[in-house]
Amino acid sequence: MLSTLYAVLFYVATIFMIVGTAMKVLKYARTPAPLKIPVSPAPRTKKGVWFRMFKEVAFFQSLFKSNKWIWIFAVLFHAGMLLVVLRHIRYFTQPVWGWVELIQPIGVYASFAMLIGLLGLLIRRIVVPRIRYISDPSDYLMLILFLGIVITGMGMKFVMPVDILAVKQFFLGLMRFQINELPASPAILTHLGLVAVLMIIFPISKLMHAPGVFFAPSRTQVDNAREFRHLSAWANQLPPLPEGIPEEGDV
Amino acid sequence: MAPKDEVPVITSNSIDDAFKIPKLECGAMADSNTFAAAPEHNEPLGFPGELIDNWQEVAIAKMGELAEKNRAFQVYLDACVKCGACTDKCHYFLGTSDPKNMPVARQDLLRSVYRRYYTFAGKYFPWLVGARDLTREVLDEWYTYYHQCSQCRRCSVSCPYGIDTAEISMAAREILDTVGMGQKYCNEIITKLKKTGNNLGLNPKALRATLEDLEEDLEDETGIPVRLPLDEKGADILLITPSADFFAEPHIDGLLGYAKVFHAAGVSWTISSYASEAANFGMFIGSYENMREVSWRIRQAAKDLGVKRIVFGECGHAWRVGYSFLNTLAGPFDFLDQNYPIPQHIMEFTSDAIDDGILKIDKSKNDEFVMTYHDSCNVARGSAMGRKEGGQFDLPRKVLQSVCNNYHDMDRDTIRENTFCCGGGGGLLTDDLMDLRIKGAKPRMTALQQVTADHGVTHMAAICAICKTQFSKVMPKYGYEMDNIMSVHQLVANAVVLDGQETDDDDAAPQAAATEET
Ligand code: HEM
Ligand code: SF4
Ligand code: SF4
Repeated sequence: MLSTLYAVLFYVATIFMIVGTAMKVLKYARTPAPLKIPVSPAPRTKKGVWFRMFKEVAFFQSLFKSNKWIWIFAVLFHAGMLLVVLRHIRYFTQPVWGWVELIQPIGVYASFAMLIGLLGLLIRRIVVPRIRYISDPSDYLMLILFLGIVITGMGMKFVMPVDILAVKQFFLGLMRFQINELPASPAILTHLGLVAVLMIIFPISKLMHAPGVFFAPSRTQVDNAREFRHLSAWANQLPPLPEGIPEEGDV
Repeated sequence: MAPKDEVPVITSNSIDDAFKIPKLECGAMADSNTFAAAPEHNEPLGFPGELIDNWQEVAIAKMGELAEKNRAFQVYLDACVKCGACTDKCHYFLGTSDPKNMPVARQDLLRSVYRRYYTFAGKYFPWLVGARDLTREVLDEWYTYYHQCSQCRRCSVSCPYGIDTAEISMAAREILDTVGMGQKYCNEIITKLKKTGNNLGLNPKALRATLEDLEEDLEDETGIPVRLPLDEKGADILLITPSADFFAEPHIDGLLGYAKVFHAAGVSWTISSYASEAANFGMFIGSYENMREVSWRIRQAAKDLGVKRIVFGECGHAWRVGYSFLNTLAGPFDFLDQNYPIPQHIMEFTSDAIDDGILKIDKSKNDEFVMTYHDSCNVARGSAMGRKEGGQFDLPRKVLQSVCNNYHDMDRDTIRENTFCCGGGGGLLTDDLMDLRIKGAKPRMTALQQVTADHGVTHMAAICAICKTQFSKVMPKYGYEMDNIMSVHQLVANAVVLDGQETDDDDAAPQAAATEET
């Protein structure tokens, strides 16, 4: 019963996340950027833009320049999350890929990085008046949601282990459209429940910053406006303006 | 309102004061209100004369339309994670302490409404994501705070996603215009430009007389008939310069500088009375159509006069429009000489002339000045110059250092891509916003006071008509004289020695001029 419920939940969550995000991304991609607005100094070639974006996505370069505290916590959280997510691949693969085996030990430390990062961000949000001012309930809840996932996850690792092989069988089963028994431990149920919530809200929340960063014209455009016109489809359909200079005396 | 700007002279002796994060004072600038445009200034721009009855419906629809027409608007509204990195980057926040002048808070004024009508969370759980209905109070708040943003993009540089509050401000002003809530300053100016070709409403006759006076001044000074041609068909270069260059100080001295450089380079050039304005306030109000119409005049003037090149004078946002938008809005410029950038900045021209050894320069003419340089935001973060990335920072400095001996940069976090706005950009250079302008200039002025204390800097040069006007107005509040702000080409004009120009009382040799007459 519980297993069926969670199975349905994860199917639904997966569809929401993938379809929802894909729809948003398609919308971003289809929306024209009618003018060249790269924040300069900006790269003058496509290659340069790739490099700029790589530095932004891999190192949060702009954030590093603008706020060291947020940067440290953001990097701890995101880098930790990346490793943790990669580590989780082993629950979806049989046999487990070699490199996923390799990162297993680091993955454990990564959860601490994530935890510290999240706590740092949450504390900042609460104690720095500027950031408290711009925070809505959803901004706190988002961090609390992630904290919930991380803490239940770490709980299973360090405090009260669950039958992880059974959990793996459950997910391997889902991938073949069959429902295996999910251990009824509160920790795993909470952990998985929160992850499902995360997946569902992904496309309708600020988590869209992840795909969004690749569609921000201020960073992703090539600075070549003098060389190439950049006419959007709707601008091309504006009524043509009159040629020539009107006669004197129209003042 | 009036006595508010009579603040005492403000001085600081630590650069940290430029970045000092103030304690939040909610509502500190809630009363700042720029004059509303009259119907005769809204209608020529294609907007309703005054607030329409169904403004709410129209504003919401316009917001949706903009999200569909402008990727930046849509992505920026979605992507912000409220990390707070931008919160202390705006000079208006630093200067006014009003939290709604923090860039993300400024975006949120609009984002909260967008969420309410266009997102799932905002439609069904408004309290969760801070979504709110579009009420009259909200509309007025937009008017108040989107006219406290100079669209300088300093916040965008600091944002992990490059979210550009300027784009949101422009969109907000476009929405306000669409429901009939235009701003007097911008809309009146665009109206004037559409009538006369420039922001001042100067007609061709008056313009010609002004230029002739300036020619006389130049001849008196140099003994050489340096020309300032108007509407001369067949000239090589069309100069597009802000109309402030025709009447305001120190702008005029910059114009004389361009004239001398063109003269020394032996090129023929002309100003156009039909496009006697570089400024394009269509950008400030976020109106693609108006910006396009204003740009179109430049194309028509260039065609009509049969020029081969277009060169822009010293104007910040004009150069953003010129460099980044002109080709898109009014191109293709296939009828111009493709061997030169289209358009070209006067700084690029002068820099090349220096490299080619065309200019004879006597640097000592500027020895009385100890200079620094203010990067204007639209040049710094919205355009480029020259062939190399960052040329918009390097070229003006190179030109300055080629014409004067004493130069020092201000603190590195206040120049180049981190430059602080002068406090008067983005359509805010109006007396009804003087309080805001003085406060917004504080970070820049603090950095200037620092180099004055450390290196004895006496003067600051800029290449933006708005910056120059703003500084000449606000510098006295910070312990400087109004003529401590200079045009870069003013210093060029001082130092350039024209062929045949005799120092002091000798008569000039006429050859150099003769070639130009043809
Ligand atoms: C391309 C990938 C991504 C980039 C470049 C990126 C970048 C950033 C940056 C720079 C911040 C701001 C600093 C901060 O507050 O932590 C941030 C915040 C955040 N990111 Fe990401 N991120 C990415 C992917 C993700 C993903 C996939 C998730 C989760 C599924 C995520 C979750 C979050 C959360 C929850 C915050 C908000 C933290 C807060 O409230 O203070 N990010 N991200
Ligand atoms: S664009 Fe400039 S003025 Fe506007 S919010 Fe950003 S920093 Fe402030
Ligand atoms: S820096 Fe960018 S993401 Fe962070 S609060 Fe400001 S606008 Fe939002």
